[in-house]
Amino acid sequence: MKRYLRTLALAGLTSAAALMANTASAVEIEYWQYFFDARVKAMEQLIESFEAQNPDITVKMTHFPYADYRTKVAAAIPAGEGPDVVQLFYGWLNDYVEAKLIQPLPADVFDPAKIDAEFFPMVQAMKLDGKYYALPTAVRSLALFYNERLFKEAGIESPPATLDELVETAKALTKLDGAGNITQVGITTGMTAQDHHWWREVLVRQFGGDPYVDDYKTVNYNSEAGLAALKFYTDLEQTHKVTLSTFMDEPQAAFKAGRAGMHIDGSFRIGSLNDVRGLKWGVAELPAAADGTRSNYSSYWVNAITTKAEGERYDAAVKFMEYIASDEAMQVWLDVVGELPAKPSVGMTEANANDPVFGPFIRGLAYAHTTKFADESAQRQEMVDMVGRITLENMDPAESLDVAAKAEQLKLDEYYK
Amino acid sequence: MSFYRSLSIRHKQIVWAWTFLTVPVLFYVVIRFYPTGNAILISFQDWNLLGERNWAGLDNYIKLWNDPVFWKVFANTFEYLIIGTPFSLVLSFIIAYHLDKTRFLHSTLRMLYFLPFMTSAVAMAWVWRWFYQGVPIGLFNNILASVGISQIDFLNSTTIALPSVLAPAIWAGLGFQVIIFMAGLRAIPTSYYEAAKIDGVGWWTVLTQITLPLLRPTMVFIVVFSSIGFLRIFDHVYNMTTNNPGGPLNSTKPLVLMIYDTAFNGFNMGYAAAQTVVLFLILLVISLAQLRLLRSD
Repeated sequence: MKRYLRTLALAGLTSAAALMANTASAVEIEYWQYFFDARVKAMEQLIESFEAQNPDITVKMTHFPYADYRTKVAAAIPAGEGPDVVQLFYGWLNDYVEAKLIQPLPADVFDPAKIDAEFFPMVQAMKLDGKYYALPTAVRSLALFYNERLFKEAGIESPPATLDELVETAKALTKLDGAGNITQVGITTGMTAQDHHWWREVLVRQFGGDPYVDDYKTVNYNSEAGLAALKFYTDLEQTHKVTLSTFMDEPQAAFKAGRAGMHIDGSFRIGSLNDVRGLKWGVAELPAAADGTRSNYSSYWVNAITTKAEGERYDAAVKFMEYIASDEAMQVWLDVVGELPAKPSVGMTEANANDPVFGPFIRGLAYAHTTKFADESAQRQEMVDMVGRITLENMDPAESLDVAAKAEQLKLDEYYK
Repeated sequence: MSFYRSLSIRHKQIVWAWTFLTVPVLFYVVIRFYPTGNAILISFQDWNLLGERNWAGLDNYIKLWNDPVFWKVFANTFEYLIIGTPFSLVLSFIIAYHLDKTRFLHSTLRMLYFLPFMTSAVAMAWVWRWFYQGVPIGLFNNILASVGISQIDFLNSTTIALPSVLAPAIWAGLGFQVIIFMAGLRAIPTSYYEAAKIDGVGWWTVLTQITLPLLRPTMVFIVVFSSIGFLRIFDHVYNMTTNNPGGPLNSTKPLVLMIYDTAFNGFNMGYAAAQTVVLFLILLVISLAQLRLLRSD
């Protein structure tokens, strides 16, 4: 009996050892992202090909609703749980680095000089003290969506190339009912949607300004250029009457319903517009200024290695990071999610740059700016209120611009103190 | 065990009572009192949810005092309370009073009044949000436009957005208050009404001398209950103004929405916790004051 027990114990030990040896050769790492159907599908596809290339590594993906994402990441990593590779919004990088949630990417694999040269320049925002902390698979930019059927109906041949043409085109597309109520807008507007980016990084620059200085720590749009840009924007509604910021509740809803001639939005809208039956739409680059100045806004989500990843899990995480920042992964992301490759070498291929849908977005990346936000929603709110004070309270645009600039500066100072 | 045996029956009963009480007490300590205490603690700290918590002393409260948005929000919160509570009280009493006298389709009507209370606030807020839109999609404005009246910017206005948001919130709570009032009305002994009938007094005297005084406990309950509800209003406002939460220009923003925004968009947990403590104190003071005022006789 005793001997039997001893053999049993020994057998148990050996099998445990075998099990451990097994886990040693097959590493499992965890990847976290927030839930967005197309992103999850694309990542599943990437994980599959990564595992095929690296049979000793398995990647487990977990996703959460966007609202819980940051809370869960913050709770899990310090507790030694959660992801080895994590996805985060570019604007959160400082917070994540400061909280020691992510570690720098190893310079031997991710050579900073090489990344500087190969990726679109805005990715350099992910570099702190000469070390890259995170890399995107894909980036997003803005473009002008237009309704082809409404263009044809109004006899307009091509999308507007300049801001002046934009106003004229919008006038031709606007429809009123007998009482003078707008029933179809020429162009959608709404600072609550993507317009705050369009105003901040595009219009202000096109009117000759520089929205921020000092690495986005100092507000600089409180200038003549800023005022001209603001007036151009509010004139669309107040003088030209080609739009209503509250029209059909949301700009994208009005465009989807075929009640808007033009609509400025990000590349992430492509997927949902494809799902609208009967809507024929086209994409054009954002209109240039009269002097030809072009600008665009770009944002992106990045992946980073967390401080939880150590030893062989770290090595596996590095390999995985390398794969999801590869050219191959970028093309998959473009095809599945509709987000643009983060490297010009992939994005600017003949096929991609001339694609009727992706082309205008990809060309926009070449001259895009990325705002470094301290708190994106609070900074957007200042833009929303800036326009609200003019349209609802008849405040003088110059005064409203001044109030907004001071309020936003206060928020920036608080964050960077 | 021998210790337990030596106890008297009374003491044994106490021991058993506490044994059963431990479960809810522990539950409350863990999910109510601990987070409450923690929130008060965080209100004196600086924390962005990711990094370390740093002591900030009274900084969050000083910032709150100097924040114009907070005072705007503070005023809005009381506006919800001051318009919402009397309105819903009077309305629900009138409905309950007449419903109580109606025999025709009584239960159907009662169900119709109760239905909004059972409806999800989110779904209701979105439907009302679309009702309020301008031409061509808004129901109300389409009606106005069809009879030649100019449109009303229900939600995009600094003056009428708050009442517009409040209306469905009052409507949603009405069913519950009507039911409570009807229960209160039924609880008044019929002998009083019979005596009044014999004495030949009018309906107004019956209402003011018998019905209303005897409904006092019911009214206390409804006032306290709905006041707390209006002070904590969130889902209606948030869902009707998601594009510009609490807007335009903070004109509909209640305190709870400001807390939510500070905590989960700005990740400024200390500041949000300080706002929570202020809300807690307001709720406490208002509830105590109302209980005292309405109970005093």
